[in-house]
Amino acid sequence: MSKVEFNKETGPREVFCGLTSIVWLHRRMPDAFFLVVGSRTCAHLIQSAAGVMIFAEPRFGTAILEEKDLAGLADAHEELDRVVNDLIARRPEIKTLFLVGSCPSEVIKLDLATVAEKLNKRFLGQVRFVNYSGSGIETTFTQGEDGALKALIPLMESSNAEKLLLVGTLANNVEDRFKKIFRNLGISNIESFPPRQSTELPKIGKNTKVLLTQPYLSDTVRDLKHRGCEIISAPFPLGIEGSTKWFLAAAKAFNISELKVHEIISPLINRSKLALESHKEILKGKRLFLLPESQLEISLARFLHNECEMDLIEVGTPYLNKDLMKEEINLLPDNTKIVEGQHVEKQLDRVRDSNPDLVVCGMGLANPLEAEGISTKWSIEMVFSPIHGIDQAADLAGLFSKPLRRNQILTSKTLVTH
Amino acid sequence: MELTLWTYEGPPHVGAMRIASSMKDIHYVLHAPQGDTYADLLFTMIERRGQRPPVTYTTFQARDLGGDTAELVKKSIKEAVERFKPKTLLVGESCTAELIQDQPGALAKGMGFDMPIVNLELPAYSKKENWGASETFYQLTRTLLKEKVSSSEKISPLRWKELGRRPKVNILGPSLLGFRCRDDVIEIQRILSEQGIDTNVVAPLGASPSDIERLIDAEVNICLYQEIAEASCEWLRRNFGMEYTNTIPIGIKNTIEFVNEVHNKLDLPLTNKEELENKSKLPWYSKSVDSNYLTGKRVFIFGDGTHAIAAAKIAKEELGFEVVGLGTYSREMARQVRATAKDLNVEALITNNYLEVEDAMKKASPELVLGTQMERHSAKRLGIPCSVISTPMHVQDVPARYSPQMGWEGANVIFDDWVHPLMMGLEEHLIDMFKHDFEFVDGHQSHLGHTATQTKDFLNSYENKEKISKEGIIWTESGRAELTKVPFFVRGKVKTNTEKYAILRGIPEISDETLYDAKAYFS
Repeated sequence: MSKVEFNKETGPREVFCGLTSIVWLHRRMPDAFFLVVGSRTCAHLIQSAAGVMIFAEPRFGTAILEEKDLAGLADAHEELDRVVNDLIARRPEIKTLFLVGSCPSEVIKLDLATVAEKLNKRFLGQVRFVNYSGSGIETTFTQGEDGALKALIPLMESSNAEKLLLVGTLANNVEDRFKKIFRNLGISNIESFPPRQSTELPKIGKNTKVLLTQPYLSDTVRDLKHRGCEIISAPFPLGIEGSTKWFLAAAKAFNISELKVHEIISPLINRSKLALESHKEILKGKRLFLLPESQLEISLARFLHNECEMDLIEVGTPYLNKDLMKEEINLLPDNTKIVEGQHVEKQLDRVRDSNPDLVVCGMGLANPLEAEGISTKWSIEMVFSPIHGIDQAADLAGLFSKPLRRNQILTSKTLVTH
Repeated sequence: MELTLWTYEGPPHVGAMRIASSMKDIHYVLHAPQGDTYADLLFTMIERRGQRPPVTYTTFQARDLGGDTAELVKKSIKEAVERFKPKTLLVGESCTAELIQDQPGALAKGMGFDMPIVNLELPAYSKKENWGASETFYQLTRTLLKEKVSSSEKISPLRWKELGRRPKVNILGPSLLGFRCRDDVIEIQRILSEQGIDTNVVAPLGASPSDIERLIDAEVNICLYQEIAEASCEWLRRNFGMEYTNTIPIGIKNTIEFVNEVHNKLDLPLTNKEELENKSKLPWYSKSVDSNYLTGKRVFIFGDGTHAIAAAKIAKEELGFEVVGLGTYSREMARQVRATAKDLNVEALITNNYLEVEDAMKKASPELVLGTQMERHSAKRLGIPCSVISTPMHVQDVPARYSPQMGWEGANVIFDDWVHPLMMGLEEHLIDMFKHDFEFVDGHQSHLGHTATQTKDFLNSYENKEKISKEGIIWTESGRAELTKVPFFVRGKVKTNTEKYAILRGIPEISDETLYDAKAYFS
């Protein structure tokens, strides 16, 4: 392991809670509905984080707790029953309903597991109910997806068939590309989790080889292991290096030779390197500060340093699973400063003191930093854009080079007006 | 428990943040979990603010709950005071912290600070954003001025005469995330200044705690947005005798009425009454022959109370529209909205459910929708032109240009904003009319874009499947052909009316003649 500097920090945080992941999860599984049991704040958070207005009746909503629900839990359970009945009557096409716990529902100890169990009996064969917590007292941003996936594992049937299971939400086009490449490598049985239809859950067992596409799935990984799945240890498929090692690790697990892998992906690597050049030119030698939010920070730092030659000032992460991130940390340059947790004020002091060229941060902090003359990139964009894989490496670099390129354009004087 | 897919208003602590962020030298310590920090982006992204809201979140976690969350509150307060050195501290809690009852306000007061501390108790499970903003502004005003209550005499609106200076007023209510507040304030100050009236304090927008302490240097309060400022104005009236205005200066008639009201209260002679009629282009533009086609346009209105009521008055009295629907999500202003709706012979819609609003919109078959960004989307789905008149805020509602809703310039802005979409609607109609001409390029897109395919869907459905209405009435070929000739924006209404007529008369099949019979019957 490289000599990486680990730090922990506590204090006020500036991050999204796990409910935010509903924004991409509900799009991944169009036959599922996400019902948050929470407050007006939860409803307002999701609609604000999504950043867009709703163009149709959405497949997520909030059962907003009112004063009378807090008075007696029995009544709250009954009320939730009523809301679910109304919802299913209104949306008969829903196949899976996620009951999502929130900060207030956790604090009043609303037992969503029992509610889900009862509802499962009543709607047997029509709708499945699963529950998980996206609460901000337990989860940060992408951890919401971890919770949702973990909740689905008990519904997955067992099978000893050998297969490659890609775990973590991917953009559909990226997923298709990956599957094509794996088929070319000779792996034919490939499935994804979460699937595109909530009812088409993959079967799992001791011959299931799990390849993670996202770094924030600690709980899901643990439960998949309990079901006998083998977890392939690899860096994450961000950038050329990460993706190459990721493909190699998968190939090894299926006894496919390295030579074969290189034969298939070399053309991809070559053209991707070419595409990366123009971005590297801008990013090279620029100093980067990553604030914690998506848990993608370590992989991004590795890519931006190793492939785009950026200098790393500080790599923040809301939560660090050293075991899961082992392969990534090994690829980081010596003396990389990783900070787990946050004291947002002290961290912003360090941002100002270190005078970075680019800061990766949440939307609440971006414009204030820009106003101080510091360029920023929103971290939320990483979870909404197709950034995985060799073919996307240049697009990923482009997310970071664009703010810098824009600054160049806006500060340059190229036209003389007469 | 209430199923909510989308909400017009945020929780009450977001209202408190609007007040804190609007002001200077104030800090708000909010006992809340980390996810609640999303609210910062409302200010930094929608308003494009270059500063973070002055808010410290305690961001307590599950593991803190077993321990001492009260200690965490005190630590957060201490750090915030040391770092930000506010002149006044707001302390409160969001929905989750309300459940654990740490009473952060009381804790703050016991910490020995010498600055004023405002303890905000905003019930998250029964109240919403605007109420929270109003309550915060009221508690702040009360805290900063209560010591002066007993010592001061009632403030006479005529005091300026005794003091031998121009009259002074306060402009109360404008805040961040309020609809066009930034520009309304400039417009209203300009109007008052022209009349020889000085602005003492604008609050909360741009004010500091010391400005709040100076509120009583003015003679009269201008209550610019009732949702935010009425409670404070009422408290200042009760305790200092300060009178406040009731007229919201949106539209020409209301702006003139407003100028009159201020003059009456101050006993200041209004010398340029005739001039006021000509301050805005709206009256002439509305009267010009070109605007004849606006007569009786069916308009559906939904928004916050202040803007919805004002819009109804302008639509009816200044533009000659017919108001076919009026509603608000501001429950606090339901009474006023109902009264206005009654005058207009429509039933007021008071709801926080956008789907109910969309249904009402559909039923009213308007030619123009005046609503929030959500109604803009609903109207787009229905292929109806729309102009946005109210919060909740969207980045588009913070335009770079000067764009008030109030006063003379506000009336100009409103004329353009409401009438241009209608002209576009007319363009849509022309496209529809000419689409059979050989010059017409298929796929021509007007401003309504791909989504406004109501006409096309409608025709398709009529040509293909829906030959039988829900009630089992058959549309014959001649009936369908005639219906396609009706301008798209009234086609829905014609269809409904014809079917209604057919049921009434027991006619099983609708032909072209039935359409004309129904037309005559309902006219």
